[in-house]
Amino acid sequence: MLEVSGLTKRYPTGDEALRGISLAVGAHDLVFVIGPSGAGKSTLIRCVNRLVEPDAGSVKLDGVEITTLAPGPLRHARRQMGMIFQEFNLVERLTVMENVLTGRLGYVPLWSAWRRRFPPEDIAIAFATLRRVGLEGMENKRADALSGGQRQRVGIARALVQRPKILLVDEPTSSLDPKTSAAVMALITELAAEERIPALINIHDVPLARRFAQRIIGLHAGHIVFEGTPATLDGRALDTIYGAALAELEPAGVRL
Amino acid sequence: MFAYGWVGPALWAALGAFLVWNAVNLEVDAARIQRGLARAGTVFARAFPPDFQRWPLLLEGIVESIQMATLSTALGAVLGVPVAIMAARNVAPRPVYVLGRGVVTLGRTFHEIIVAIILVKAVGFGPLAGMLTLTVNSFGFFSKLLAEQIEQIDRGQVEAVRATGAGRGGVLLFGVLPQVLPRVVGLTVYQWDIHLRQSTIIGIVGAGGIGTTLYNSFSRYDYDFTLAILLVIIAIVCVGEWVSAWTRRRVQ
Repeated sequence: MLEVSGLTKRYPTGDEALRGISLAVGAHDLVFVIGPSGAGKSTLIRCVNRLVEPDAGSVKLDGVEITTLAPGPLRHARRQMGMIFQEFNLVERLTVMENVLTGRLGYVPLWSAWRRRFPPEDIAIAFATLRRVGLEGMENKRADALSGGQRQRVGIARALVQRPKILLVDEPTSSLDPKTSAAVMALITELAAEERIPALINIHDVPLARRFAQRIIGLHAGHIVFEGTPATLDGRALDTIYGAALAELEPAGVRL
Repeated sequence: MFAYGWVGPALWAALGAFLVWNAVNLEVDAARIQRGLARAGTVFARAFPPDFQRWPLLLEGIVESIQMATLSTALGAVLGVPVAIMAARNVAPRPVYVLGRGVVTLGRTFHEIIVAIILVKAVGFGPLAGMLTLTVNSFGFFSKLLAEQIEQIDRGQVEAVRATGAGRGGVLLFGVLPQVLPRVVGLTVYQWDIHLRQSTIIGIVGAGGIGTTLYNSFSRYDYDFTLAILLVIIAIVCVGEWVSAWTRRRVQ
């Protein structure tokens, strides 16, 4: 479904975030990307839907080359990629329902959106998705009145109503407590399976990755240094991925 | 602060001398001030008690001022929002941003009296000139503050709306505008309050409103009527300020 090849990104500050990344996400894969801060995980995911423009390389979604798309076709392509953010990124002053319907903005003409006239099927899907993520009855609550876990569920619903072909998930649990993190992670992976779409997920929580991933990719300083199943993610692999960072944790007896 | 000890006191002495020279040059004369105070006393005596006999005239002027203030606020907001979007660095492309900022600066350059004089020449005496003056004068201020608010919004929320495949309009409507709406409302009401005050003055140069009546009464030595007008202006402005504060509180 997603083919990334030779992806390179160098920020104006000189920071080489991605140095030729190549990976593939199949039609039903759950791929987790792990790595230390600054490894390029966030840049990688944002280059897929061009929220960050890559300097070189190719990104193909379902056979369509994304990197060369003009603005109009790019928006169409973005509709097919549902993104879930670390900081939830809900529009605080809008209600839950309005936030979820934002996911349909790529499909609805501007005039209708301004008058909040979304097609009835969209509204029905929105209600159903909110029920599925466990937020039934909260449609009219303002987004800033929700807890972190609830907000992330709205974010998940928003991504899903796009009817995407793939989920791009950027550190969905970094702003959540451990229990909520596990619940949200479970929800995302269940929904991906239900909707039969793949997911590319950034995460720095290695135990969660081990628990939910099908495939794990380890990123370090812009390179892929590990690719395998959770079973093959042993201590040596973690050393390679996290390098010195892991060695600093060892003395404290922390087992990742 | 200074390398040599004597520099500080020397500067103070120079400043003092300069101030004295200014005062002498402008003929700031204690005797004149004293005579002036006496004359002011006469004016106040004749102003008291305020004369409300010609209240229909007063009412007409005040209503005209309020109408000018309200219309120009609405017009200023309608014009100001798109200009603010143009003048926001994070939303507008570079050439549009430069144009937007240029328009804003131009709008803020001139004092309302000057703008009023020019517009009275252009469209004639009366409230039309007044309304246009207030609109021109305010939309620079309004756009600048709104543009700054737009530049301070949370990028993450905007990024999320972009990621759904929404077009520029959708991103503005759902990502930007909800974040700045309280400020838009607050600024509009604040602007109305300012306009109310300004509308009472520009009549002096013929741009309509109570200002003309005020000026006429003063030049005809009807100081008691002048006082009546002033009292009403004060009352109106106070009400306007109260409405403004209440609305801004509610919108939070």
